[in-house]
Amino acid sequence: MVENRPFLTVLSHLVVLLGVIVIAFPVWMTFVASTHSQQTMLQSPIPLLPGPYLFENYTKVLTEGYGRVGSTAVIMTLTNSLIMALGVAIGKIAISIISAFAIVYFRFPGRMYFFWAIFVTLMLPVEVRIVPTYGVVANLGMLDSYGGLIIPLIASATATFLFRQFFLSVPDELTEAARVDGASPMRFFWDILLPMSRTSIAALFVIQFIYGWNQYLWPLLITTKESYYTVVMTVSRQANVVDSVPSWNLLMAMAMLAMLPPVLVVVFMQRQFVRGLVEVEK
Amino acid sequence: MEKRVTFNERWLPYLLVGPQIIITLVFFFWPSGQAIYQSVLIEDAFGGNSKFVYLDNFIRLFSDASYYASARLTVVFSFLVAAIGLALSLLLAVMADRIIRGATAYKAFLVWPYAVAPAVAGVLWGFLFNPSVGIVAWMLQGIGIEFNYVINGNQALLLVVIAAVWNQISYNFLFFLAGLQSIPKSLIEAAAIDGAGPGRRFWDIIFPLLSPVGFFLLVVNIIYAFFGTFGVVDALTKGGPGHATNILVYKVYNDGFRGQDLGGSSAQSVILMIVVIALTVVQFRFIERRVHY
Repeated sequence: MVENRPFLTVLSHLVVLLGVIVIAFPVWMTFVASTHSQQTMLQSPIPLLPGPYLFENYTKVLTEGYGRVGSTAVIMTLTNSLIMALGVAIGKIAISIISAFAIVYFRFPGRMYFFWAIFVTLMLPVEVRIVPTYGVVANLGMLDSYGGLIIPLIASATATFLFRQFFLSVPDELTEAARVDGASPMRFFWDILLPMSRTSIAALFVIQFIYGWNQYLWPLLITTKESYYTVVMTVSRQANVVDSVPSWNLLMAMAMLAMLPPVLVVVFMQRQFVRGLVEVEK
Repeated sequence: MEKRVTFNERWLPYLLVGPQIIITLVFFFWPSGQAIYQSVLIEDAFGGNSKFVYLDNFIRLFSDASYYASARLTVVFSFLVAAIGLALSLLLAVMADRIIRGATAYKAFLVWPYAVAPAVAGVLWGFLFNPSVGIVAWMLQGIGIEFNYVINGNQALLLVVIAAVWNQISYNFLFFLAGLQSIPKSLIEAAAIDGAGPGRRFWDIIFPLLSPVGFFLLVVNIIYAFFGTFGVVDALTKGGPGHATNILVYKVYNDGFRGQDLGGSSAQSVILMIVVIALTVVQFRFIERRVHY
């Protein structure tokens, strides 16, 4: 800092601290609610400190779900979410790194057409064309399948652009050296380009994992079988059930479980996460 | 920008670019084409029969008062989300930037809401403001404010805005903080030597230098408020009460899936696509400028 102003420093700490508290408050209350019994959670005001039912509630939702007809064990929905998030992240990275490789390192007829075809998909979110996309997936018989959950979401240009940008910054000397040594294009890709892209891949993985995990509308539309439900959609779906006495404790335990994996990914891979955010937007 | 050194292969590049092109064609161009095609058709209630109606769906849309209401609502909603979100995150970023000790710890505590799904964020805030058990609703009642987002449209909108801002604040914060940290310290020091206080330095130096980041975030936040908030709305209010939170992207889904009005919904999709494309173009032009900046 350019000067010493104790008052401003204290003020800064106070403001940021207040921000942290306000931002964390909803999650704290969710956690508190998930550790009480159903009875406690039906009386207002609800407690502000955790109660003794933590293990009971979490075990119940993990193994039985919300405990009503039509509810799914959270362990299953968590598995589905994991499959979907990993599928979206890995699928997106895989198809875009090879197409970026083709567009940057080869000259072939139609290259620019392919480039623009990918380019226009940029930023057109699935929500906008949701009805016809549903129709297409239904026509292909991909409702209620992991393929249907994952593949339509990996059609996006951001990752391709990120890799293209990175490949363009790789020195030509490396390519020349590889060619002189008689390496085939794929050999060059596996042994030189892929290892060099490690940090970009990690950054992209974090962002896409969160994106895949947090999908809501898409799984809601195309799954009718419980065995394909994802955790985010079941949390929201149960919250909207208004017919009987709500089990806030179980619902909030489910919400905690739905938040935990992506939040942990962000907290433990913070560097890659920040890098990914900045690079995806470049 | 192009590579000077390339490989010569006949079929390999097509093989490499193939998977992405096929997926893009099948899940992007085909549905988008369908949306445009269906937007000029009208389907009878039992399905099967459809009739070409030129631009009737669009004309119907533009003469529909509820569409204008939804469009107006979306503008108000995105303005609120963008303005509140940017102001709060700028405040947090400026304050966090001043802090030297413990800055990384604060940062760690501020970035994670990004990882929470919008639909889950909606559930959390709905719980806090729940009319019967919500702790915040209870506190508000204590000071004489009756908060019931289930029946009060304005309060429902406010709650959706709060949840949406909460979900997006870490994104804005990270970009503002990065922007602040890239401002040369020498500029700030020079101003300080010339006798400018912290407030003066902020408005005359930091704020103008942050404006590219701010503008970029503005576009991102508008796009987010337009399309990314579907989960928040669906989890909290389902567009209600009445149509108080029925923003455009929710209306597309509502009319298409619940109302079974495929033509009208497709026409809305087409309009939204044009909006996204326009916003994206604005963003790209700006990014080009930022490079020269």
